[in-house]
Amino acid sequence: MNNKGVDKSKRQFLTSALTVVGAVGSGYLAVPFLAQMQPSVKAMAAGAPVEVDISKMEVGQLIRVAWRGKPVWVLNRTPEVLVTLTTLDSELRDPLSDESDQPESSKNPGRSLKPEIFVAVGLCTHLGCSPTFRPEVAPVDLGDKWKGGFFCPCHGSWFDLAGRVYRGVPAPTNLEIPPYRYISDTRIIIGEVAEEKTA
Amino acid sequence: MKNLITLILLVTLSFGVVASEEVELQEADIDLSDNESLQRGAKHFVTYCLGCHSAKHMRYLRFAMDVGVDQKKMLEDIAPEGASIYDQLHSAMNKHDAEKWFGVQPPDLSLIARSRGADWLYSYLKSYYSDTARPFGVNNLVFEDTAMPNPLWQLQGEQHAEIRKTIYGEYTKLVLDDPGTLTEREFDVFVNDLVNFLVYVGEPVQLERERLGKYVIIFLLMFLVIAYLLKKEYWKDVD
Amino acid sequence: MKPTRLTECGNWVLDRFPVTKFWNDHMAHYYAPKNFNFWYFFGSLALLVLVNQIITGILLTMNYKPDAKLAFDSVEYIMRDVPWGWLVRYMHSTGASAFFIVIYLHMFRALIYGSFKHPRELIWIFGMLLFVALMAEAFMGYLLPWGQMSFWGAQVIISLFSAIPVIGDDLSLWIRGDYVIADATLNRFFAFHVIAVPLVLVMLVFMHLVALHEVGSNNPDGIEIKESKDPWGHPVDGIPFHPYYTVKDLVGVGVFLLFFATVIFYMPEVGGYFLEHANFIPADPMKTPEHIAPVWYFTPFYSILRAIPDKFAGVIGMGGSIVVLFLMPWLDRCKVKSIRYRGGIFKKALFLFVISFLALGYLGTQPVTPVATTLARLFTTIYFGFFLLMPIYTRWEKTKPVPKSLTKVQSLEEQLHALEEQLPALIEEITELKSSNTEIGHPAFKSTFFSRRPNPQGMVHVMSRLAKKLKGSLD
Repeated sequence: MNNKGVDKSKRQFLTSALTVVGAVGSGYLAVPFLAQMQPSVKAMAAGAPVEVDISKMEVGQLIRVAWRGKPVWVLNRTPEVLVTLTTLDSELRDPLSDESDQPESSKNPGRSLKPEIFVAVGLCTHLGCSPTFRPEVAPVDLGDKWKGGFFCPCHGSWFDLAGRVYRGVPAPTNLEIPPYRYISDTRIIIGEVAEEKTA
Repeated sequence: MKNLITLILLVTLSFGVVASEEVELQEADIDLSDNESLQRGAKHFVTYCLGCHSAKHMRYLRFAMDVGVDQKKMLEDIAPEGASIYDQLHSAMNKHDAEKWFGVQPPDLSLIARSRGADWLYSYLKSYYSDTARPFGVNNLVFEDTAMPNPLWQLQGEQHAEIRKTIYGEYTKLVLDDPGTLTEREFDVFVNDLVNFLVYVGEPVQLERERLGKYVIIFLLMFLVIAYLLKKEYWKDVD
Repeated sequence: MKPTRLTECGNWVLDRFPVTKFWNDHMAHYYAPKNFNFWYFFGSLALLVLVNQIITGILLTMNYKPDAKLAFDSVEYIMRDVPWGWLVRYMHSTGASAFFIVIYLHMFRALIYGSFKHPRELIWIFGMLLFVALMAEAFMGYLLPWGQMSFWGAQVIISLFSAIPVIGDDLSLWIRGDYVIADATLNRFFAFHVIAVPLVLVMLVFMHLVALHEVGSNNPDGIEIKESKDPWGHPVDGIPFHPYYTVKDLVGVGVFLLFFATVIFYMPEVGGYFLEHANFIPADPMKTPEHIAPVWYFTPFYSILRAIPDKFAGVIGMGGSIVVLFLMPWLDRCKVKSIRYRGGIFKKALFLFVISFLALGYLGTQPVTPVATTLARLFTTIYFGFFLLMPIYTRWEKTKPVPKSLTKVQSLEEQLHALEEQLPALIEEITELKSSNTEIGHPAFKSTFFSRRPNPQGMVHVMSRLAKKLKGSLD
């Protein structure tokens, strides 16, 4: 062993250089390892747009369709509901949907492309449970204040029939509206953005 | 020492004896960067093979992305009607019918190029000949008593087998009796495109893998050089 | 320097957890002989491959389905639909073969330098247990892709157990959990491959290293460096593992990764040896492939099985070929460890053993023919002869005197340098000068040209010198 005449700075430099190269290499290797936990093409295929036929829907009926594995609600709202919706603003946290998630074309008080047909992702914005559909007014369990809406059984969040969240409940924002558009009067496609000019 | 050399010689010679004899295969010209050939091959596959064989691990979307075809064009020109871009290349044939007609279920072709090899496929598709003893009236030089009828006979025409004798021994030659709609040269290109496509389908990532490999190897060489310099520097203490 | 919050936190941990002690005992103050050569890279490389297999293996289990109906397709799903799944899978499949290459070279190192001898018998035993566990791990892992080779390979190997008298049939039935290789077999092999055997492997690696660091590393001279120590109690011929061998092993890692990456990116099947062609066909219990052969790393043992014309004896032969390896420390009676100072008879025997091991490996990949079977029998005899006759021939060995301290070996650079110096003389010898008179255009340019031609006589001289040297090294 002979430690005389050791060029310390050269060692330090080479050690740092090798550390950097090694770190960069590990970093690049980590990319595929982490990326392989991303959704696969199969999951993406399940996320393909879904067509829904609404011609047979009765007034007041709600149907559920799966889009990207999530429940998407399509609700045919009654004229009475549309009237009630306009009276609730003072009880809601975000009545104009300024802080909520929806395509620009659905950013209106009824949160829909056409007033009667309401489309939303049926998952509570609090922790992701699917709220129950409670269209009746003032049921025994929910009390007099209930004007019909969606009630989340997990943590008790209230939403109206436009998916807007009430004040004083855990959910922070209104229900998410997915991108969707009308192919014809009776068919909608969920997962594709509505074009600017709707006929 | 002498015995040892004899032994080694014996071993080397025995390798030649051990290797088995098979029909000589014709060479396919595989070029996975030839997008036009791949597109033609895909179209041939959908037209002539997909009726019975699936390629269930391959998606139209993946092919469109890899070959650089527009998704709409892919659905219009290549995929069968009604297919979605996310679909895999499924066959329309019902399993039960297939077994009734051919005695076996036509295998999925996603990995056929990896199990059989390109040259085998190329030669196989070109080596059908008339044989009245077989249920479909054809036999194959490369795969004797194959259960598959010749799907390309209208294109290639009908061949028959002739046994030729030379000083080296006998061999079988296929002679074209009745030309099909394609000339011999066109048919070769046709089969080659199809095989090219099957090789791609066997492992769609091939080109990407080889492209990436260059960077990885350059990087590792860099690592090696620095590691070597570092080792040399430290080992000055020892030597 | 004022202690910062960070160093205080660090010290808080170090006071309670012996990281420093561990580091010093096994790296910074672990003294290794300073003359490690090429053969000493493979221990650390085996560890690297083990880590690679564990990480890529965990990632593969996230998408693999251990179900006879889904397994094959889930592998193709990984290869195509999972982002980067192909890379992870190829790293794992190439890693399996790389593991065996590295381990075989590591074991060969032990053979030539006598690393299995006193006082390292237990290291060898742990190492052999590791080898057996690794074979089990590889064998069960190979069933998982559920291709034709997976299926029929497992079928053949599990049937071996049925050769055992009395309990054989029940035993193989119990291993399979069904009358043929089936879903139940796949599911339990998955459990073994993914958790049970890897745990055993990691534990054995730990014990292998603890045993090694207790007695210290052997070296190419085969002498104990602990016998001569300096006033501070360190071996005179030893150097701290860290930094000297960490930086050296990093060079080995670099070279290894170059080969590894080349295989992964350019030839993942390696001509059907790392990934067999027939394994791209889904398992079909109705049809055996025309030619079935295990993956290359099992072929030497498989050849021994095939060479013996009796079912039970064949199984015993195959098992015995591994059991004899365990006995190495007691079969070899020679006191000298390193091949550098051992007698010619051992060198010749080892040479024959290596030839027969490689030949058996090759024959195992080939179909059975009468010639091949005869050769396989010959090589099987040599294989067992090497071990079973060892107590006899090592006793008569004429060994050379073993030096007291490590000898200086030429480094690669020095060897290259020496070669560079000898090269002109060598060229001089194997070529001869021929003169020719040529005129180019003007008579003023008339001159004699010399050209070099190969000289057959010189070549014969060089060859015979080389052969003599080779023979000399064998005596």
